[in-house]
Amino acid sequence: MLEVKNLNVSIGGRKILNDFTLTVQDGEVAAIMGPNGTGKSTLSYVIAGRKDYTVESGEVLLNGVELLGLEPDVRAAKGLFLAFQYPLEIPGVATMTFLKAALNAQRKQRGEDEISTPDFMKRVKEAGDRLGIKPDMLKRALNVGFSGGEKKRMDILQMALLEPSFGILDETDSGLDIDALKVVAEGVNSLRTPKRGFLVITHYQRLLDYIVPDTVHVMAQGRIVRTGGKELALELEQSGYRDYMAEEAA
Amino acid sequence: MAAVQETVDRVKSIDVSEYKYGFFSDIEADKAPKGLSEDIVRFISAKKNEPAWLTEWRLEAYRRWLTMREPSWARVNFPPVDYQDLYYYSAPKTAAGPKSLDEVDPELLKVYEKLGIPLKEQEILAGVQNPDVPERKIAVDAVFDSVSVVTTFKEELSKAGVVFCPISEAVHTHPELVRKYLGSVVPTTDNYYATLNSAVFSDGSFVYIPPGVRCPMELSTYFRINEQNTGQFERTLIIADKGAYVSYLEGCTAPKRDENQLHAAVVELIAHEDAEIKYSTVQNWYPGDADGKGGIYNFVTKRGECRGDNSKISWTQVETGSAITWKYPSCVLRGDNSRGEFYSIAISNGHQQVDSGTKMIHLGKNTTSRVISKGISAGKSQNTYRGQISAHRKATGARNFTNCDSLLIGNSCGAHTVPYIESKNPSTQFEHEATTSKISEDQLFYCQQRGLSAEEATALIVNGFVRDVLQQLPMEFAVEAQKLIAISLEGSVG
Ligand SMILES: Nc1ncnc2c1ncn2[C@@H]1O[C@H](COP(=O)(O)OP(=O)(O)OP(=O)(O)O)[C@@H](O)[C@H]1O
Ligand SMILES: [Mg+2]
Repeated sequence: MLEVKNLNVSIGGRKILNDFTLTVQDGEVAAIMGPNGTGKSTLSYVIAGRKDYTVESGEVLLNGVELLGLEPDVRAAKGLFLAFQYPLEIPGVATMTFLKAALNAQRKQRGEDEISTPDFMKRVKEAGDRLGIKPDMLKRALNVGFSGGEKKRMDILQMALLEPSFGILDETDSGLDIDALKVVAEGVNSLRTPKRGFLVITHYQRLLDYIVPDTVHVMAQGRIVRTGGKELALELEQSGYRDYMAEEAA
Repeated sequence: MAAVQETVDRVKSIDVSEYKYGFFSDIEADKAPKGLSEDIVRFISAKKNEPAWLTEWRLEAYRRWLTMREPSWARVNFPPVDYQDLYYYSAPKTAAGPKSLDEVDPELLKVYEKLGIPLKEQEILAGVQNPDVPERKIAVDAVFDSVSVVTTFKEELSKAGVVFCPISEAVHTHPELVRKYLGSVVPTTDNYYATLNSAVFSDGSFVYIPPGVRCPMELSTYFRINEQNTGQFERTLIIADKGAYVSYLEGCTAPKRDENQLHAAVVELIAHEDAEIKYSTVQNWYPGDADGKGGIYNFVTKRGECRGDNSKISWTQVETGSAITWKYPSCVLRGDNSRGEFYSIAISNGHQQVDSGTKMIHLGKNTTSRVISKGISAGKSQNTYRGQISAHRKATGARNFTNCDSLLIGNSCGAHTVPYIESKNPSTQFEHEATTSKISEDQLFYCQQRGLSAEEATALIVNGFVRDVLQQLPMEFAVEAQKLIAISLEGSVG
């Protein structure tokens, strides 16, 4: 369960998150939609522990554990995963090497044994097959020279391997062609369990046809302004965000 | 992967800013009076019972040195060194010519134990009983301050005809070899520090591999500066006769001190026809503290001459220590078809200043050289690669390939590349490639999000960056080097 309570965040003196509050239950898929620049990525970065932000007040609890103040890698080991809007390139580090190092680092944090190499290879291969990632891509430096869509798939592959208890997907659909969108959505769906929750950030209803959300939230100017079921996404597709922006301005 | 994990564990186990080898050992020392003069030069020579020709050789160098000035072209800054405020000779008192390990001061043995350098032959054997590397032996010459304290595996080596001993001993046991080769690659007039070294050199290793012999094990020297205000001036001379092969590794450490300690070594390599010398260095002198106080000034002249046709010399270095490094291991490619190689990882962190690189001097026909340099700068350090590739007018068909990559960690460090290329022969082909990359906060955050700590992530990226060079090191040392890299980059992130 992810609970964000009255979170106020600014960067460079500018307020981005405004008393932001949101709860995602175990096994729930919550979608956040909202205009550009409203603070969706900021929210995901703050939850994941990126340093640039000033957290003025609020709480972020993952399965009851306060995340604020923990290092990003500690949060990851506690089960938090963020699929980046723009995954980074890591030169000189073979994807396979990176994946194994990350998995073992998390296991070590949790006091678990290292994964055996055959076990690891098997899991990577399975997840890779499911996501249409060719084995030779795993030998290349992580994300270096990957296409936009390949980077997104690679992030989902990492999520599949790391088996987090909560996943945030920040515009995972952007840059994916329609076939890739289906593959990625199926990849995410196969990870849905009664325990694992997701926060899916997107601009397009289309993704939510494949990853069907339990709840849809509209975010504007740093807070949730409306919450509904999956039909809300359809409505937004028609009307856009004008109403919410006006409401805020008023 | 296992190695990466080990690196990371090692980093974790060490307190930030702790230089692991920074202990000082309380061993009684036999010192020359402070300062430098003809009398001191004579004193050193007399201590070693040297023949008259060598005393004269030293004195000539000393007189020459008096007329020289410190070079100032390197991109390093430091207050003037007071050469009269140093000790030029310091020997552990009990180490006057131990015949076997049993005679070596146990305190001294403890020092080397702390450093992780096995000196007991049976321990060395036990330590490397690794199924992948059956019977891998390493002979060690341990140099403590100015004196070589022990050399292992002497007997086994001498059966193969290999001479491996302190140079002070070789002067007596193989005078004709020493006299023939000493100063034949780095003349006493070469440069300020080399000339100083020629006048006051204390000890170092001597290696001679007879014709056609492949040295049966790795040879290794460990240098340790212990005494305060002591300059260390070792002198290494390695000769591979026709068709011979040797792989040699040098390692160094020093205690933490507030004052800067001077280290001005000279290494000369001579490869005759069809011979090959592989010289590796894992240098881990004390780099100074977080504020830039203390640390070793490492002003070293290393040069190899491929004297015979088809000979080969390769330098591999992992430089992580020293406050200042001024070092350009070079190859003079005199024989036709001879080959020179230089593989370097130079890491600077904190306030370290590194000005290092190589010279490949192509004199013979169809000579080839290859230079792979990986510079990593972190903290407030400055890291300069300086490389000279030149071809004489007779060096028809000479070829060089240089690849010089820099990696920056953080925003306060600098990387510089200064290539000099000159060719007096139109048929030469010299290629130079250079790149600079940076580890950004965003990259580190991405790695951390996946569960790696900032240190682990940096180690992973750095290991990827230096892989080509690490592969050149003998296996055991590659692991050691990888650990050193992680340790020296500690505190560079976050
Ligand atoms: N480092 C920064 N310095 C100043 N302003 C920033 C910084 N990072 C983000 N912002 C601002 O914060 C606001 C929220 O950005 P954020 O990326 O969270 O929006 P978003 O909702 O994810 O937008 P999009 O839908 O375009 O991805 C934007 O106005 C952005 O310009
Ligand atoms: Mg965004």
